[in-house]
Amino acid sequence: MLIVSAIGLSPSVAASVTSRHVTVQRYARAMEAEEDRQLVAALRAGDEAAFKQLIDRYHASLVRVAQAYVPTRALAEDVAQETWLAVLEGLDRFEGRSSLKTWLFRILTNRAKTRGMRERRSLPFSAFDSDDAVDPDRFRGPDEPWPGHWSAPPRGFPEERLLAQETRGVIEDAIRRLPETQRTVITLRDVEGWSADEVCNALTLSETNQRVLLHRARSSVRAALERYLEDDTK
Amino acid sequence: MTYTPATYDELSCQELVELVTDYLEGAMPPELRLRFESHVGRCGGCRTYLEEMRQTISATGSLTVEAISPEAERALLEAFRGFHR
Repeated sequence: MLIVSAIGLSPSVAASVTSRHVTVQRYARAMEAEEDRQLVAALRAGDEAAFKQLIDRYHASLVRVAQAYVPTRALAEDVAQETWLAVLEGLDRFEGRSSLKTWLFRILTNRAKTRGMRERRSLPFSAFDSDDAVDPDRFRGPDEPWPGHWSAPPRGFPEERLLAQETRGVIEDAIRRLPETQRTVITLRDVEGWSADEVCNALTLSETNQRVLLHRARSSVRAALERYLEDDTK
Repeated sequence: MTYTPATYDELSCQELVELVTDYLEGAMPPELRLRFESHVGRCGGCRTYLEEMRQTISATGSLTVEAISPEAERALLEAFRGFHR
């Protein structure tokens, strides 16, 4: 509760939905800052369990983000390893102005970019294929009445089957088949729960491009779920 | 027929499905947002579609994140110990 009063929860701010959202974000940020402070202190003191906690939480994501910049998984692993070493070397310089996570991924991105330049010329953000969210055949054609409106509307997902293990497999498959940048964006955003800002920074994407990639990825996953769930209910 | 003709000059369903992420991300100008919401309010197909997208996002959120490999973890912990020797 100390933290809440520290960031100032005024009644007028809490009044509107948008401001409440901002307040919740600020609260979460204050919590994160406190956690970071403790974690950094433990790391400086040589606490191995603290380091283990950190690599368990972030290593897989570091590799995933690095893969957006360098051509192979092995190189991405290298870059992630280098990043951890740079983090340990730089711990004394961490001032907590950004979150530990932001700091960590900024180091990774800088290293991955340098590597990426050496290993291959162009960044892999060319995958803006213009595929449709929904098969155009499911809408009325330009010569029909109400062009662009559903001719075969979606029928809805049975909620009870959505969380079945098999359904998760369908989602995992759909994500695996996505173009690489889309896969990275949806994994960070929807599986790991990153904010749009965090993803833009880590992958050096504009807000718009991040959203386009997320849209393509989510649309493909929805379509895969629809094929699977509707096929079974026939 | 899932759509009320009175709103025909507004967004088509085919346009709407391409705007769903902008909508859910809160990245829409207010005027477009109103058109989006008024379409969804009148169109059962698009209402179902929007719900399916929300369900997709929440189901994706139930996947587990891959873990660090034991070899990579061992190497990093080794490096950590080296730092504090």
